[in-house]
Formats: sequence, structure tokens, C-alpha cells
Amino acid sequence: MSAETGQFAADPSLPAGQGPPGVGVAVRGLGHRFGELEAIARLDLEVPAQGALGLVGPSGCGKSTLLELIAGLQQPSAGEIALGDSRDPAGRLARCAFMPQRDLLLPWLTAIDNAALALRNRGVRRAAAREQAGHLFKRFGLGGFERTRPAELSGGMRQRVAFLRTLVAGKPVLALDEPFAALDAITRAEMQAWLAAALGADPRTVVLVTHDVEEALYLSDRVAVLSARPARVVEQLSAPNPRASDRDAAVTDPAFVAVREQALAALHGGAQ
Amino acid sequence: MRRVLLPAALLVALIGVWQVAASTGALADLLGLEAFLVPSPAEIASALWESRSLLAENAWVTLREIVLGFLIGLAVGLGFAVVLRLSTTLRLAFYPLMVASQAIPILVIAPVLVVWFGFGIGPKLAVVALLCFFPIAVATVDGLRSVDPQATKMMRTLDASRQQVMWRVEAPTALPFVFSGARIAAAFAPIGAVFGEWVGADSGLGHLILQDNAQLETARVFAAAVVLAAIALGLYGILALAERRIVTWR
Repeated sequence: MSAETGQFAADPSLPAGQGPPGVGVAVRGLGHRFGELEAIARLDLEVPAQGALGLVGPSGCGKSTLLELIAGLQQPSAGEIALGDSRDPAGRLARCAFMPQRDLLLPWLTAIDNAALALRNRGVRRAAAREQAGHLFKRFGLGGFERTRPAELSGGMRQRVAFLRTLVAGKPVLALDEPFAALDAITRAEMQAWLAAALGADPRTVVLVTHDVEEALYLSDRVAVLSARPARVVEQLSAPNPRASDRDAAVTDPAFVAVREQALAALHGGAQ
Repeated sequence: MRRVLLPAALLVALIGVWQVAASTGALADLLGLEAFLVPSPAEIASALWESRSLLAENAWVTLREIVLGFLIGLAVGLGFAVVLRLSTTLRLAFYPLMVASQAIPILVIAPVLVVWFGFGIGPKLAVVALLCFFPIAVATVDGLRSVDPQATKMMRTLDASRQQVMWRVEAPTALPFVFSGARIAAAFAPIGAVFGEWVGADSGLGHLILQDNAQLETARVFAAAVVLAAIALGLYGILALAERRIVTWR
């Protein structure tokens, strides 16, 4: 799949001047509370431009809140988040596209119109938006499904369309919130390989939240293990072979298995 | 097939029982009435046929009141709901009052509307529109509010403005709600038109019913009621058809 997608150098769907090709993410001294509830405390994270950071942590530890803060959907109670040189929520919103847990495809739109939503929102005419998004459909193996309604797509296909919708937005940073949590194990493995190839062909800075340690280590360069609420970083680990083209071989490699055990141990330690 | 046959068979049976009960005089005896006051379905059918031009003339008047009043109620109800959705201040101020105001018996204030709008089509449209406004406005507000907040967030990161979130996400989400509100409104509309005519009119099915009732023309009263029911069913059918054509994703 990576051979098939890797030959495309320039992405015609990207609007010109959408910021520099790479924008890093820096989180410093971040704290966030909902009233009395302290969700995040003194959190520091760094993602280099076009790097991928995985965030794993116990359920309800504030991972999704952290993503919404990074994406500019909320303003933190304390600390600073910078996407490149954008620190205010509006600037972060302009540089980050957000892929929610559920695909949230609009059932009244075809797959291509869902994927082209960001272009339509920017005032691109329907035909032009469809053409731009259509290039991505063909590049990423969704050719032929352009006119299909979401209800007729399988879970994996819906997630692919949702990811293309995020890519078409043309933002340098992608915030992915448990993108494959709703899929069965086999489809999830397929989707991880597909996403790895897609990111190889179209590199972005990625912040990936997941509760699946294996998924985080396969898709990211670095994985930060978060503690139970209030979330802080327990341990940061480097992934041995990020986004390898042969996923099955990569995740069974002894080096990978060793780091996975280390991450799981940190996760259990942080959960208590 | 059973879904059509069973209710049809029940309807035929009910009409048959009524026919027998009325034509033998059993129903009139039971009610302690003269037989001519209790028309049988066959007599109603013949009244329908014999008075067809009179009924059609008056039905046209009432149909216009129903359809125009419904459309006014629909337009105002939708507009109101959209404004309340876009402005939190207005929503907080108006929504509770709007729900509470459904308790106002509009039919009872119909005479005041005649004082205000005269004897023409005005007061009838006002009654019908007011009756239609509430179910449509409340259903639409609820529909717009039923949008998944995650979908709104997703649209914001895709550079959507407030208006774009409204038209691309919230409005389609609300559509099935709008249709169920409109169906309730369609059932109210004929009642509103007839009541508006009862308060003061010189034509229309309501006016005809009042006159025939006074002259003990009971068969034609029932005939007018049949025509009214047909109008209401027609409106309901058009709405159901429109919903099936428009809300194709359900």
C-alpha cells in the first residue's frame, strides 16, 4: 500500500500558503480544571514538526480534553500551548484538524462531500471541492466510493473517509482522538497500516490519543504514558520502528514487544 | 399487504355496522331521536354527491385558509426556531414562554381575532397559523438542539462559521423533527380553519356545517366533515411524501 501511495509527491488538494510544511506542538506547564475537578496538572509535551506523539493513559484521565485544548477548541486554565508560533485558540484552530472518536460523517452527504467539508466551509464551490477531495480518494484507495452514503460504508471505510476529511482540511497538525476504538481487531490492524501509509505519503504533525498501547507505539515516534486524573506524563518512550510498512512484523519484533511491556508497566503504575 | 387490508377491512366493517344501525332506526331509537337526524353512510354519500358543487365551493375557501395558514405558521415557526438557536439570550428569554404559551386556548381567543382582523380570510389565517406555529417551532428548536456537540467541534476545526454549522449540520439534523412538528400542525390546521369560520364567516365548510346543523341537514354536516377529513389526510399525505423524498438518510 505504501508503494502505491508513496509515489505522489505534491498534494493537489492542499491550499497554498497554509503555513509552513511542518509545525511543531509545544505544551508547557499545562493545567486544566472543570470547576473543582482538576483534569490536567503541570503537563509538558513536545512534538517536533511532522513528528507523531502517541498519548496513552487510563480511561477518563483527560486525554480527550488535552486534544481539544491542543486543537484550540478550549482554552486551558493554566500554562501554554503553541502550534508553531500560534498560541491563541483561534490560531491553534486554524492549524489543527481534529478527528473525533466516532467518525461523525454527516449521513445526508456522500462520502466525497463529507471529505470535502473543510473546502466547502472555506467557500470552494461544490464541483471544485469534489474534484480536490477526489484526488485523495484515489490516492488512498477509496476510489469508487465517492458517491456512497456513510450508512452504506463499513466501519473501516467510514473511518478512512473521516481521516480524509481531516487531511483535506490541509492543516499542519492532526489531533486524532481514538480514531479506531470502535473497530474490530482485524479492521483496526488494517486501518493502522493504512494510516501509517497515508501519513508516509502526506506527512503531518500528529497527536494521537488511544488506549491501545500497541497502536500508539506502531503509529507514533514517541509515546507519552499519562497518569490517572489529574493527567501528567509518567513516562515517555521512543517507538522502535514507527509506521513500518509491514505492520504484523513490526508489532511482533522483540524490540517492539519490550517497549510495549515497558509502556504497559508505566500505565499500570500511573493508574494507581 | 396486511398493513393495508386490515385497517381497510375494519373501516368497511364499521361503516357497515353504522349503515345497518342507522337504516333500521336502531341507532335513532337508542339515542331517542327522530330517524332523519341520524343519517346512514349511504345517505351521507348521497348528500356528498347531490351537494357536490356547494361542498366544492366551500371546500375551496376552507382549503385556502388551511394551506395558507399552515404555510404562514411553518415559515414563522422555522424562522423563530433558527433565531432562538443562534442567540442564547433570546432562547433563554423566549423558549420557556413559547412552551408555556401553548397552554393558551387559541380557539377561545378566536373571537378577538375577528374583532381585530375583520370577517375576511384574515382571522382564519391567524387562528390556523397560530395553531401551526407552536408544534413546528418547538419541534424545530428541539431538533436543532439535538445536534451532537462533537459534530459541532469537528466542524469548527474544519473552519466552519456559526452559520455554516447551522446550515450544514444543525438544519439537516433538525429536518425529521420539523416534519413531525408539521404533521401535528397539519392535524390542527383544519380545526383552526373551521373554528375561525364559526366565529364569523359567510362561506367555507365550517360556515356550511353551522348552517346545516341549524337546519337539521345532518347528512350534509357529515358530508362536509368527510370533505374536511379528506383535506386533512391530503395535507398529511403530502407531508409524508415530502419527508420521504427529502429525508433520504433515515
